[in-house]
Amino acid sequence: MSKTSAKASAASSDARHAILGRIKKSLAQSPDGGRGAATQTDAQRLATVKARLAAHEVQSTLQRVAKSPAQLVALFRSFLEGQSASVIDVAKPADIAAAIAQYLRENNLPASLRMGDDGYLAAIDWSSEANLTGRYGAATDSDAVGLSHALAGVAETGTLFLASGADNPVTINFMPATHIIVIRQTDIVGSYEMAWDRIRKAYGDNTMPRTVNMISGPSRTGDIAGVLVRGAHGPKDICVIIVKDD
Amino acid sequence: MQATSRDFKDNAHQAIKDEQLQQALSGLPTGFAAARARARENLPEFEQLRDIGRDIKDHTLAHLDLYLAEFERRAIAAGSQVHWAATAADARRIIADICIKADAKLVAKGKSMISEEIALNEHLIKQGMEVAETDLGEYLIQLRGETPSHIIAPAIHLTRDQIEADFRKAHDRLPAERLLNEPEQMVAEARAILRQKFLAADVGITGANFLIAETGSTVIVTNEGNGDLTQSLAGTHIVIASIEKVVPTLEDASTILRLLARSATGQETATYTTFSTGPRRNGDPDGPGHCHVVILDNGRSEMLAGAFRDVLRCIRCGACMNHCPVYNAIGGHAYGWVYPGPIGAVLTPSLIGVREAGELPNASTFCGRCEAVCPMRIPLPKLMRKLREREYGDGLTPRSFLIGLKAWAWFARHPRLYQMGANLVLPLMARMGARRGAFKWLPFAAGWTSYRDLPSPQGRTFQKLWAQQLQQDQDQEQEQEQEQDQVQQQNRLLARQPPPEQQASTGEAGSHGEAS
Repeated sequence: MSKTSAKASAASSDARHAILGRIKKSLAQSPDGGRGAATQTDAQRLATVKARLAAHEVQSTLQRVAKSPAQLVALFRSFLEGQSASVIDVAKPADIAAAIAQYLRENNLPASLRMGDDGYLAAIDWSSEANLTGRYGAATDSDAVGLSHALAGVAETGTLFLASGADNPVTINFMPATHIIVIRQTDIVGSYEMAWDRIRKAYGDNTMPRTVNMISGPSRTGDIAGVLVRGAHGPKDICVIIVKDD
Repeated sequence: MQATSRDFKDNAHQAIKDEQLQQALSGLPTGFAAARARARENLPEFEQLRDIGRDIKDHTLAHLDLYLAEFERRAIAAGSQVHWAATAADARRIIADICIKADAKLVAKGKSMISEEIALNEHLIKQGMEVAETDLGEYLIQLRGETPSHIIAPAIHLTRDQIEADFRKAHDRLPAERLLNEPEQMVAEARAILRQKFLAADVGITGANFLIAETGSTVIVTNEGNGDLTQSLAGTHIVIASIEKVVPTLEDASTILRLLARSATGQETATYTTFSTGPRRNGDPDGPGHCHVVILDNGRSEMLAGAFRDVLRCIRCGACMNHCPVYNAIGGHAYGWVYPGPIGAVLTPSLIGVREAGELPNASTFCGRCEAVCPMRIPLPKLMRKLREREYGDGLTPRSFLIGLKAWAWFARHPRLYQMGANLVLPLMARMGARRGAFKWLPFAAGWTSYRDLPSPQGRTFQKLWAQQLQQDQDQEQEQEQEQDQVQQQNRLLARQPPPEQQASTGEAGSHGEAS
C-alpha cells in the first residue's frame, strides 16, 4: 500500500468510527431513546439486528398473487405485455430455436445472437436453424440481438430476475437493441420474495450473484418533455419466451 | 453546489414570470399525480404498505450503526472497498482519489442526488477529468450547465424546443439539416452519443436507492438502464450513498420497492432494478474490476437525535413535489439547492442550516398533500412548522414580519384596545372600499396587494358578529325551551285521552320495501 492510500484509509477508518459513534449518540439522546438505543446493551441491540437479518421475514404480500400457477403465468404475461414486451409461448425446449428464428425474421433482425452459455442456454438444440449464428461472451456495441436465460419470473409486476456470472454476461442485458429472454414456466413465481428464495437456494445464504437484474420491459425514458420513448440506453424491444414443459 | 435558498423569494418571483418554465410545468399535475392515483387504485394494499415501509425504516434507523457495520462486512467479503465520508468535502476527496488512482480521463455517471449534494462533478472536472452524465434528463441539464429541478425528472423544466436547440448547439458535428423535432429522434441522438461515453469511460459512478445489509449489495432503480451500462462497462465502479439508504434484508427492499415506483411515476415497477455485489468475479466476462462504496454522513447522523429523524425515511420518490401546489407553480430551481419541494424544505435546512435555508419551510400552503402521499409517511407539514419555530427562535424571521407580529401580539393581549382599534379602523375601511368592494393598494400590505385585491371589510368586526350570534342562540334556546314546555303540557293533556289509531307504522314499512 502506498503512503497516500495508507493515510487515506486511516482517515476513512477515523471517519467510520466517528460516524457510527455519532449515530449511536444521537439515537440515545433522542426523546424516544432511539427505540432502545439508550436503554439496551450493545449485545442486545446486535442480537435484534442479527435475528432480523437471519429471519428473511416477508414483510408484505399482495392479494393479486394468491393464485394458481397457471393464473400466475397469465398475470406475468399480461404485465409484461402492458410494459410493451412481446411474449411467446413454446411447448418444449426443442422449440426454442425455431421460435427465436421466427421472431428475428418477423422483425427483420439479423440471424445472429450474442448469448450466454449457462446450462439451460447451452442445451438449446440449434440444428433446425442452420442460418442462425451465436457468439458467446460479453456483448459489444455491434451486437443487435442478445439472448439470456432468466433465473426466475415474478408475476406481481411481470419482472424477470437475471443473475450474472461466468456464463451469463450482464452486458447482454443492456447493449443490444433487442433482448430475448428465455424462462421456464416452472420458474415463474408470485412475489419478489419467492424469487429471492430461489436465488438463496441456488447461491447460498448471504451470497449474491455479482449482479441481479430485475427487468420488467424495454428501456424507456420520459425525460424529453414527459413523452414516453422506448430504447433510451438499453433494449428497445424485449421478447420473453416462456418454455412450458421441461 | 452553491445554495441560493436564501434568495427563495426572488427565485420564486422569477420562476412565475418565466414563460418557458410555466409551459414545461403545465403538464405536471395531470401527469405524475394522476399516474400515482391509478397505481394506488390498482393495489388494495397500498396504504398498508406505507405503514410497513415506515416501520422498516424506523427499525433500521434505530439500529443504523449496526446495519451499516453489517453492510460493510458483507460488502468487503464480496470484494468491495468501503469508504466513510463525514462531510461532502471528504466524499469528494475520496472519490477523486479513486479516480486519479484509476488514471481516469472520462467518468460516466448514473443519476445520483448525493453526487449533486456533494457537488462532485465540478470537483472532478477541476482535477482535469471529463464527467459524462448518462441519465437523459441529467445529460440535458449538464449541456445547459444547470442543476436538476426535480429529483426523479431532473429536466422536467425544459420544453421540447429548448432541448432541440441545445442538441443542435452541442452536437455540432451532426448534419444541421437533420430532423430533430420528435422526442424519438432526440432520444436516438442522445443514445448514440452517450453509448460512446459508456464504452470509453474509465470509471462509472452511480448512486444507490438501497444498501442491503444482509448481502452487502448496492441497488439502483432506473427506467433507462443507463446506471447499468455505467457500472458494467468501466473498469472501476464507485457507488456513492448516504447512511440512511441501508435496509436489513432483500425482503425489506422488496416491500419498499412496491412503494417506490408507484409513488414516483405511477409505474407498477421501474423497468430496471439492479442489485450489485462486489467487483467482477473469477471467470466473469464483464463487470468492473474494482468496486468502491462511499458512505456519506454529511449531517444526517445528527438528524437522528430529534424529530427530523423521520426525514431520513425518505426514499426520494418525488411524490411530495408532484403533489405540491407551490412546487407546481415555481418548479424546482427556485428552492435554490439540490432537493426541491416539501422534502427539500425540511431536508435542506437540516443539511445546510436554517440560516442558509430558512425561507424554504415558509414555501408551503400547509395543504397537507405532501404528507398524504408520502410513501414513508413523513409528517412534512409538522416538520416545516418546527423549522419555522426554529427560524423564529434563532432570530432569523424578517424584521418587518417581527414588528408586525409584536404589534399584533401586544394588541391581542389588550382586548379592549384591540376592540377599540378594530371598531375604529374596520368601518373606515369598509366605507373607503365600499365602491369597488376591494382595495388595490394599502399601506404596509404591498406583499398582498401587488398580486391580488384585498376585499374590503363588511363593516362589523368578528367580535361584534360573534356577540350577535351568541345573543341569537340564547334567544333561540329560550324559544325552544318555551316550545318544549308547551309540548309537554299538551302530552300531559293527551295522556288522559285514549291512544290514536296506528296508521303511521304500516306506511313506514311500505317505504322500506320500495327502497330495497
